[in-house]
Amino acid sequence: MVPLSVLQGEPGDRVQILDEDGQVVDGATVPDLSDDALVEMYRYLKLGRHFDQRAVSLQRQGRMGTYPPMAGQEASQVGSAMALAEGDWTFPSYREHLALAVQGWSLADDLLYWMGNEAGNAPPEELNVFSMAVPIATQIPHATGAAWAAKLRGEDTVVLTYFGDGATSEGDFHEGLNFAGVFDVPAVFFCNNNQWAISLPRERQTASATLAGKAAAYGFDGVQVDGMDPLAVYQVTSEAVAKARDPPDGDLRPTLVEAVQYRFGAHTTADDPSVYRGDEEVERWKRKDPIPRLETFLRERGVLGDERVAAIEESVAGEVADAIETAESTERPSPEELFAHVYAEMPQRLEQQLQYLRDLRARHGDEELFQ
Amino acid sequence: MSTQNLTLVQAVRDGLYGELERDEDVLVMGEDVGKNGGVFRATQGLYEEFGADRVVDTPLAESGIVGTAIGMAAYGLRPVPELQFAGFMYPGFDQLVSHAARLRTRSRGRYTCPMTVRAPYGGGIRAPEHHSESKEAFYAHEPGLKVVVPSTPRDAKGLLAAAIRDPDPVVFLEPKLIYRAFREAVPEEPYTVELGTAEIRREGTDVSVFTWGAMVRPAMDAAAELAETGVDVEVVDLRTLAPMDTDTIVASFEKTGRAAVVHEAPKTGGLAGEIIATIQEAALLYQEAPITRVTGFDVPFPLYALEDYYLPETARIKDGITQAVEF
Repeated sequence: MVPLSVLQGEPGDRVQILDEDGQVVDGATVPDLSDDALVEMYRYLKLGRHFDQRAVSLQRQGRMGTYPPMAGQEASQVGSAMALAEGDWTFPSYREHLALAVQGWSLADDLLYWMGNEAGNAPPEELNVFSMAVPIATQIPHATGAAWAAKLRGEDTVVLTYFGDGATSEGDFHEGLNFAGVFDVPAVFFCNNNQWAISLPRERQTASATLAGKAAAYGFDGVQVDGMDPLAVYQVTSEAVAKARDPPDGDLRPTLVEAVQYRFGAHTTADDPSVYRGDEEVERWKRKDPIPRLETFLRERGVLGDERVAAIEESVAGEVADAIETAESTERPSPEELFAHVYAEMPQRLEQQLQYLRDLRARHGDEELFQ
Repeated sequence: MSTQNLTLVQAVRDGLYGELERDEDVLVMGEDVGKNGGVFRATQGLYEEFGADRVVDTPLAESGIVGTAIGMAAYGLRPVPELQFAGFMYPGFDQLVSHAARLRTRSRGRYTCPMTVRAPYGGGIRAPEHHSESKEAFYAHEPGLKVVVPSTPRDAKGLLAAAIRDPDPVVFLEPKLIYRAFREAVPEEPYTVELGTAEIRREGTDVSVFTWGAMVRPAMDAAAELAETGVDVEVVDLRTLAPMDTDTIVASFEKTGRAAVVHEAPKTGGLAGEIIATIQEAALLYQEAPITRVTGFDVPFPLYALEDYYLPETARIKDGITQAVEF
């Protein structure tokens, strides 16, 4: 029997729409997206891949600090972000460069953040995107709380939060999901299971057969999806978002989505994955690369050809180059920024410390201070 | 005794190796400490040498790491959990303060917690957000915990061995800025450096500087520069923040009558206040000038573009010392 929703498969099911060769799998339905939207999805995947390559190389050249790469994980980010409606909220971890770009966060600001500039840490006013969380899993209860607040206010908002496979071992994961079930909040818990929490493989993270299966403990749906299939991710997230907004009778609003994927690169540029995993494994996962899969599907559908692909490649290269140019030409933050946003009103002690910093700079000059 | 030239992080690794070899109850546990050898390579090669039961890759869960280590310690092992960065210790904080710190007290000595929690801490390496804080005062504030901060490779190995052999829980904070900053001759054999003892790094008669960790080097630089202007600075490296070596602090102050305290942590509630109060209780009549504090600001640790403005550097330390001298 075909389940009414992809959210209610059998344990161990993994939702997939495109197979590794970009062919629609038997019985799967392609989500109802316009050709333009499908091409936009493809363009975002390409944007993310190119951005990632440039960002890693900026770090290698000493033009940027530590950076967490996302190659291999683009489909999960784009498919999920495109499934949100305007006004919905995102609570990211630190690897969702592309999901945030889909929301409208500028790539230049993302780069600025990793360049250590506070300006890149300010979410644009018009976006419902929370500050990214670097500690592991701490954003999950925040997302539950925001979703709960929306429900208390009678608003139609859905909150989606991203975290990795490692985060499912933290207490905050349990507490956030438990509250979500108890208070039945409109939240989507989106787990980017990229198989490795730095050097710890997924099977050493938990003895559970799947991460999606953990949802059973909280009383709501858990679903595993091929996280390198952008159409499947879009489909699953769309259904989870729809259910969060308007659950069928007797169903709880929250969903745990486990998007099964792989990070092709390092945990961060400070990490060397060759110490803990073999090339053969990486190559095996690279065969699932979301970009050629969607490209094949779109070419065979007749909405993408060589010319359009070339135009997209040129346009994403330009967009990323512009972002780098913007980030690198942004002035360094003023040292006074240290004090600017600690409290709504600056306490006297901080004013004194700020004055001390001014005196120090006036007396010595920055060059002598930091020789 | 034969020695080898090691960096601080290599000395930590060497200290762990020695204790793992010496006592089969010792085990290392934490995120990425096994196969990966630690994100700073502080446990490199230990997994291959001692196996997966004694160098344990744990799930990503700090409360789980500290909490299970407490259970192991109470049962009779000597766990040495690593928390990957001090900025990520807080999920384990409840276990540290509610249980590790007071297990001896609340069981009236029946149960103990011989556990050493290691964590790299401090700023200055252009790290991402939450990777640079100095929160030693949190732990020093907690009765029942010992807090140790090495500033040299030789001390790192000896203090770590002493911490692991200590009958009580120790928070061992490693200044990652100087993990690889310099090498020092470190004895190959295991040895201990007694906890609770400060070390005078430079003797002087005009003014005392009390500091620890990564701040020892800029303090020494400041002392050397001030020596050229005729100011004779004594630099005291506390090494153990709890219990603090009050005798050495007070004796130094009685000699100089002037002092500056230097730490990376924010000023308010930082340990400088505790040190100054201790001096005033014990040696008020020796005091010739207000004791200055050269510390981080009372602001969240910034992203790295501004970290040089946050951290006390040599020029700032010189200013603080000069202020105490010229009063």
